[in-house]
Amino acid sequence: MTPIRPTSEVTDVEPDSGLDRQEQRSSDTARDGLTEEPVHERSTRRITGVRTQPAANGAAGIDAKAGVSVKLEQLRAFYGSAEQVKGIDLEFRANEVTAIIGPSGCGKSTMVRCINRMHEEIPGARAEGRVLLEDFDVYDPSVDVVAVRRAVGMVFQKPNPFPTMSIFDNVAAGLRLSSRGRGDLRGKVESALRGAGLWDEVAERLDEPGAGLSGGQQQRLCIARSLAVDPEVILMDEPCSALDPIATLKIEELIDQLKRRVTIVIVTHNMQQAARVADRTAFMLDGRLVEVGPTQEIFTKPGDPRTEDYVTGKFG
Amino acid sequence: MSTPLAADARLARFAVSRSRRRRDAIARASILAGTVIALIPLVLIVYYLLRKGLGAWSVNFFTTDPTGNTFFGSSGIGGIKSAILGTIEIVALASAIAVPVGVGVAVWLVEYGRASWFAHTVRFFVDVLTGVPSIVFGLFIYIVLIVGTGSTYAGYKGSVALSLLMLPIVIRSAEVVLLLVPASLRESALALGAPRWRVIFNIVLPTALPGMLTGVLLAIARAAGETAPLLFTAAFTQNTNFNLGGFMNSLPVQIYKDVTSPTTAVVNRAWGAALTLVVMILLLNLIARLISRRSRLA
Repeated sequence: MTPIRPTSEVTDVEPDSGLDRQEQRSSDTARDGLTEEPVHERSTRRITGVRTQPAANGAAGIDAKAGVSVKLEQLRAFYGSAEQVKGIDLEFRANEVTAIIGPSGCGKSTMVRCINRMHEEIPGARAEGRVLLEDFDVYDPSVDVVAVRRAVGMVFQKPNPFPTMSIFDNVAAGLRLSSRGRGDLRGKVESALRGAGLWDEVAERLDEPGAGLSGGQQQRLCIARSLAVDPEVILMDEPCSALDPIATLKIEELIDQLKRRVTIVIVTHNMQQAARVADRTAFMLDGRLVEVGPTQEIFTKPGDPRTEDYVTGKFG
Repeated sequence: MSTPLAADARLARFAVSRSRRRRDAIARASILAGTVIALIPLVLIVYYLLRKGLGAWSVNFFTTDPTGNTFFGSSGIGGIKSAILGTIEIVALASAIAVPVGVGVAVWLVEYGRASWFAHTVRFFVDVLTGVPSIVFGLFIYIVLIVGTGSTYAGYKGSVALSLLMLPIVIRSAEVVLLLVPASLRESALALGAPRWRVIFNIVLPTALPGMLTGVLLAIARAAGETAPLLFTAAFTQNTNFNLGGFMNSLPVQIYKDVTSPTTAVVNRAWGAALTLVVMILLLNLIARLISRRSRLA
């Protein structure tokens, strides 16, 4: 085990300033080799751009895991005056897969979109409460939204590779768009594509358009794209609902491997999928959390009769 | 078992009635007639342009300036070199003004202004601007840049008048295309931690580029064919001029002057110039299509 360097990684500057870039580059090249680096090598938590005291993050560095825990505290989300998420307390444990299940319109996606602050991109939408990455509130006024989104990646329902870009450029997009496209770009792209289990299929045609891949490959390309910026958490909003069963299986196997690197939150309508991939499952109803627990427990002996009705197919 | 008679009866139930056949025939015929009527002037324009214009074309026609000397028949009147170059210069400058500004306005409307009251106001005025007759733009520039400054005609003043004319076309077409860029692309770029300006420059604009190019071309074609805004801004001169600060000839103004001439050879030159203008715009269109096709494949 390498000793953790708690303070060296902490950046106390804007993400685009020269100092940060320099630090970022050195730390990135240190972390991202061609091979997937061992989990303990990754030092913890740089919510880049966030002004924190080094000591605050230093304490967090001790657990030395790749993913971080996410904790929601009294999270409420609104569209205009309509309250869609009505006060949720919930923890997603580090390096676990947590599935969110619940009927359509219960606020699953909205809740997840609050974690990387994508919710507020919708005109008229806002959120209240706290979302803690480790011990860090992403809704703190001093937080840079852009930095939060680098730490918390997202995979959407429909595969959406950038249509004007090649496979390579799609994966490199996150790095380039956040001014980190220097250094060993090729190595980073390859490592992200390997991480998404796509490298062997596309290694020979990195220059072809990303939109030319099959649906399942496109979705894995999108996963590679979000892996490339080296996030600590990946949010997946029904990532398989547009895919066929075989492509779905591949993504599920991938999720199982990815949890060594990141914390995963997956919204799904497919209860078998939740049972297959999730360590823990949370059941939501009408903007509220009904219960959360080990997946096995939620599906076999849930504590709440409403959960039982839902997982046994009595409603929803 | 169904007898042949029963089968006939069933057929009769599903058969198309005679009155529906008739209505169908009438509807088809009238749509076809409408298409033909619309095509007649189009075909005639191309026909006359080619017949009269090609006759005026020669090497001399493209390589010499008009002389204004109409007494010695077709040999002495000169060509339209200054008009071709003038049009290219004036329209190029007008595009250099109108395209960045117009795309900027469209980006603001789509990405930032959205449904705010100011965005609605901007859209309203852009619509008003679209309906303004082109001579009003010329008049406006004449009042502001010529009478207002106490100076005289100049090529760049014509460019400014044309850019005003192009602006609403560029804004409206770019806005429509930008709205077509799927919101999911913006979302996934934002979710990667890209700042908004990067999302616009690296994702939204490249995706919308082919469509925006079409709008820009439409505006250029419109501007290149305008006479009214140039008559009292860039004025008319016979000589080739590379200085946008001086009087400048242009194809539409040359055509306007020539077609009112009593000399047949000069009127024919107008036809040749008109054909030249059409071919230039056609070429521009082809080039742009090639570029946008290539960029989409990349």
